[in-house]
Formats: sequence, C-alpha cells, structure tokens
Amino acid sequence: MKNGMYGQIENVITFENITKVFDPLYLKVLWTTFWIAVVTTIITLLIAYPYAYTATVVSEKWQRMLLLLITIPFWINFLVRSYALIVIFRSKGIINTLLLKLGIINEPLQLLYNMPSVILGMVYTLLPFMVLPIFVAIEQLDHRKLDAANDLGATPFQTFFHVTLPLTMKGIFAGSILVFVASFGMFVVSDVMGGSKVALIGNVIQNQFLGARNWPFGSALSIFLVLSSIGLIGLYYLATKNIGAEKSGGEK
Amino acid sequence: MCRKIYLLKRLVRLDGKMNNIIEIDQVVKEFNDNKVILPLSLSIYSGEFLTILGPSGCGKTTLLRMIAGFEEPSSGVIKLNGGVVNNLPPYKRDMNLVFQHYALFPHMNVEKNIQFGLKMKGISLAEQKTRAEEAMKLTQLTEFRSRKPHQLSGGQQQRVAIARAIVNNPKVLLLDEPLGALDFKLRKDLQRELKNLQRELGITFIYVTHDQEEAMSMSDRIVVMNNGKIEQIGTPKEIYQNPASKFVASFIGENNYFHKDDQLIAVRPENIKISQSPVGNYKGIIKDIEFVGTLNKIYIKLNGEDNTVIVYQMPDQTNLSRNEEVYIHWKLEDEVIMY
Repeated sequence: MKNGMYGQIENVITFENITKVFDPLYLKVLWTTFWIAVVTTIITLLIAYPYAYTATVVSEKWQRMLLLLITIPFWINFLVRSYALIVIFRSKGIINTLLLKLGIINEPLQLLYNMPSVILGMVYTLLPFMVLPIFVAIEQLDHRKLDAANDLGATPFQTFFHVTLPLTMKGIFAGSILVFVASFGMFVVSDVMGGSKVALIGNVIQNQFLGARNWPFGSALSIFLVLSSIGLIGLYYLATKNIGAEKSGGEK
Repeated sequence: MCRKIYLLKRLVRLDGKMNNIIEIDQVVKEFNDNKVILPLSLSIYSGEFLTILGPSGCGKTTLLRMIAGFEEPSSGVIKLNGGVVNNLPPYKRDMNLVFQHYALFPHMNVEKNIQFGLKMKGISLAEQKTRAEEAMKLTQLTEFRSRKPHQLSGGQQQRVAIARAIVNNPKVLLLDEPLGALDFKLRKDLQRELKNLQRELGITFIYVTHDQEEAMSMSDRIVVMNNGKIEQIGTPKEIYQNPASKFVASFIGENNYFHKDDQLIAVRPENIKISQSPVGNYKGIIKDIEFVGTLNKIYIKLNGEDNTVIVYQMPDQTNLSRNEEVYIHWKLEDEVIMY
C-alpha cells in the first residue's frame, strides 16, 4: 500500500492506512453512516410502499400523475435540489416563517444541520429508488392470487400480509439495496443538510481527497466502504435468498 | 362428517323435498352500460352437480363470480341458504372457488397452500394439519406436500387448487373451467375424479365450462347459457334429447335441421337411417365418409337443398361409398321441433 506525506504520493508499501481505518474515530463515523443508511432505508420503505400501492390501485390517469411526481425530481440537478431543501428548512425558511406567522412557535426551529435533517434529505433524495421497484413488483402481482386468498376466507388485511407482501418482496429487496447502498456512500446530502455537524464516511473520504489531500488514506477508506457495502449486500442476499427463489418459478 | 352430509342429502332426496342452497332471482349485471347478464333466475339444489355451459363471452364466468362474491349484481337478489348475500365479500361466504388458472400461492408449498383457508379462519394448527392431511389423501397429493407449485405438473396443481378449496368444507364448491388448461387424457381422468369427489363429499358443485362433453358426462343438471341469458335448464339427457332452442340443439352435440310444415325440426345424426332404395322424402349424394373409431360420420348433400346432413353409423354397417345416391329417413318421435 501507499503512504502519503505533504500531499505527494510515495510508492512505499505500508499497512498504516489500513490500520488507521480501524481507528475508533473512523469506526464511529462508519457506525453512524451505517445507522443513518438503515434508518433511511426503513423510512423510505415505509413511505414508498403505500405510495406505490396507491399508484397501482388508482385510475390510470392518477397513476401517471403519481409516477410523474416521483420522477420529476430526477430532472433537476441533485445539488440544486439539496440546496432547495435548505431554502425550505433554514431558520428563515418557508416552514419556520409559516409556523412563526401562524403563532405556533415563538422562535425558529433548528431544522437543519442535525441528524434528522440529514435523514430527511436522504429520504427525499432516494425515495424514487424505492418507489419504482416496489411499484413494478405490485403492478406485476397476479390479482387472481389475491382473489383466491379472499375466497379462502382471508380479510383484505390478511390477504395483504400473507399474499401481497410476500409476493412483492423482490421489489422491496431491490429498492432497499438501491437505497441502502446509495445512502451508505452519500456525502452531498450530509454536507448540505448536516453542515459540519454530521460527518458520514462519504464526507470523510471526500475530505481526505479534497481537503486533507491524503489520497492514500482516502483510498483505504473507499476500499473499506466498497468492501463493507459488498459484504452487507451479500449478507442481505443470503438472508433473502429463499424468499427470492420461491418467486422465480410460480405456476404456469 | 362427509358421510353424514351425504346421508343427510339422501334423506332429503327421499323426503321428496329439494332444498335450494342458492337462489338467484332476476339478477342483472352491467359493465359500463353493457349488459352481460340479462334478468336471470336460477335455483340450485343442495348437493347437486350443476354445470353452467355456454360459449365464451356468454356471461357464465360473470355469473359464477357473482355467486362467489367477486362481482356485485347490478340488480336482483342472490340468496345463499335463504339469506341475501349480494354485498357480502367473498371471504364471508361459505363457499370456495377453484380458479381457472389455479391461482396457487407460489411462495407456499402444497401443504401450506391447502392449510391457508383454515389458517385465515384461526383454526388450531393441529386441526389444520389433520384436515389438510385428509384433503391431500383425497386428492392423492400426500407425497407432494412439501413441493412448491412450480415444481408440480398442471394436473397436480389442479389437484392442489381443489384440495385447497374442499379442505374448508364449503357448502358450495364453485369451479371455473378448472380443467381447461389440461390435455385431453388428463382432463378425462380428472373429470371422473371430480365427479367421484362430489359424490363422496356431497357438496354442491357449480361447474362452469364451455366444453359440452364435459358438461354431459359430469352433471346432474346443465344450465345452457347464451348472450347473458339461460337457454335451457335440464338433465344432460333432457338437454340432448329435447333441446329447447336451435342454439341448444347445435351447441350440444351435432344436429341436422329440416323445414317441415313451416316449422324447423332437428334430428340427431344417430337417429337418421340411410337407405339405398327409395324411402321417405329426402334424397342426396354421399359427399364424404369419416371414420372416427367408434362410428362412421357420413356427410350427405341433399338434392335441392343447401345443407349437408350428418349421419352416424356403426362402422360394420357401412357398405356405402362416396358419390353414391341414397335416401334418408327417421322416426317421427326423433324429430324435435325448434321454436
């Protein structure tokens, strides 16, 4: 491995950077990142599933509208969107101004630069990646199977939990992986929404490359990030393999 | 339990009282102003094997879906055991449907599929297991219990669909063209199995099909439907021998039509006799002789008429040849007047 000093890169083999990754300081950052990614994934899932489900049951016109709403943000630059969130959430932003005018609060709320705001930013940014795979999964669901459950005495609630949910797991898994991996390596949102208060592994890496100019350590962190992402996806895959395999066949 | 129901049914029969399990009264179904079912009334007897027969698009599946609860009648009343069930959702009706394409749950194995209905009703696991066991034995599925639906053949999947329904001890079993996707031989076998199952369980079967042979061989009564209305209700024999309309006459089996005294009459191909010497009013030329195994189908073009007459003969009777001039005749009692 390489070691860097004064910005330039020296071609010396060393494990110093690798061990530095396991410094409690960076492990803590990694742990925070992991935790935020998990929470983001869960929240997007909880929002996306009902949204996608609604899109499959409403009329075609409304379905197009709902899907359009979820894809419109893609047309706008990612960074611009993140800054737009600041305009909404900052202390003199739309929400605070509104709440102040209505007399609900007396002084502006701190809506930015903390953990919840970072998660909110992530959820907002990554929601489409969850909605679209789930929408496809529900859309492809064979409605005769729901009829069959209904006919066999399952209430709509039971039908959802015993048939709809297991049969759309593939979409949930696909969406979860997309959102999890994307939020695990995210640095723009935490930079913009979290300021310097919330450091994620992505920010540390960005800092090593652009700020500290310590490319070798940045690389070591990146490799660690990539490997742990792959490891987590692998674990996830193993955990869900059985459920996935059941759906590969189905009856004719 | 099953035995008891059967005996009870026999008693009711002996008593001379046929109690109606389902009453359909003046039911109409419209989809976007398009009338699929015209005012239709039908009484279904407890314990009978009733077949609803008709060409595709005649409304038979819609009728079945209304009985099952997947569609609501636009007007009219459907009663189950004397109680109106018009707006009752399927999961509250004491009947089960065997779907055309089985609609098995792909994420559950055979046993879990069969237990599903019992589980939803909160029946204890022990009872679920015993009853599923019974149903699997009845449908010869015991050895496939842990297979997933995609690991089964079409016939086996069909058996699972049937087991999954009968395990609930429904009052009525609805079957929507359950054998439609199977090949001929398997279909014949399963027809017999279904008929035996119905006899054994004593459950009312309402069977929807477009296959007249299937209907004839299995049913106690057949309801022939066309264009959203009932053309005729009767036993297979009544329907074959005394079709009430030209539609029924031609939909069930082959038939020949003649004009006689301003009336249209129908004569079945097996009732027409061929003679080489002059008998009766009809003379024609043999156009074709088809050997179909059990009999010969002889096509005769009548002189001065457009239609071709079909006649069945035993193969050993036939000493006729193509282009031969023959006479045809039949007994008066074999004529059926079409209205």
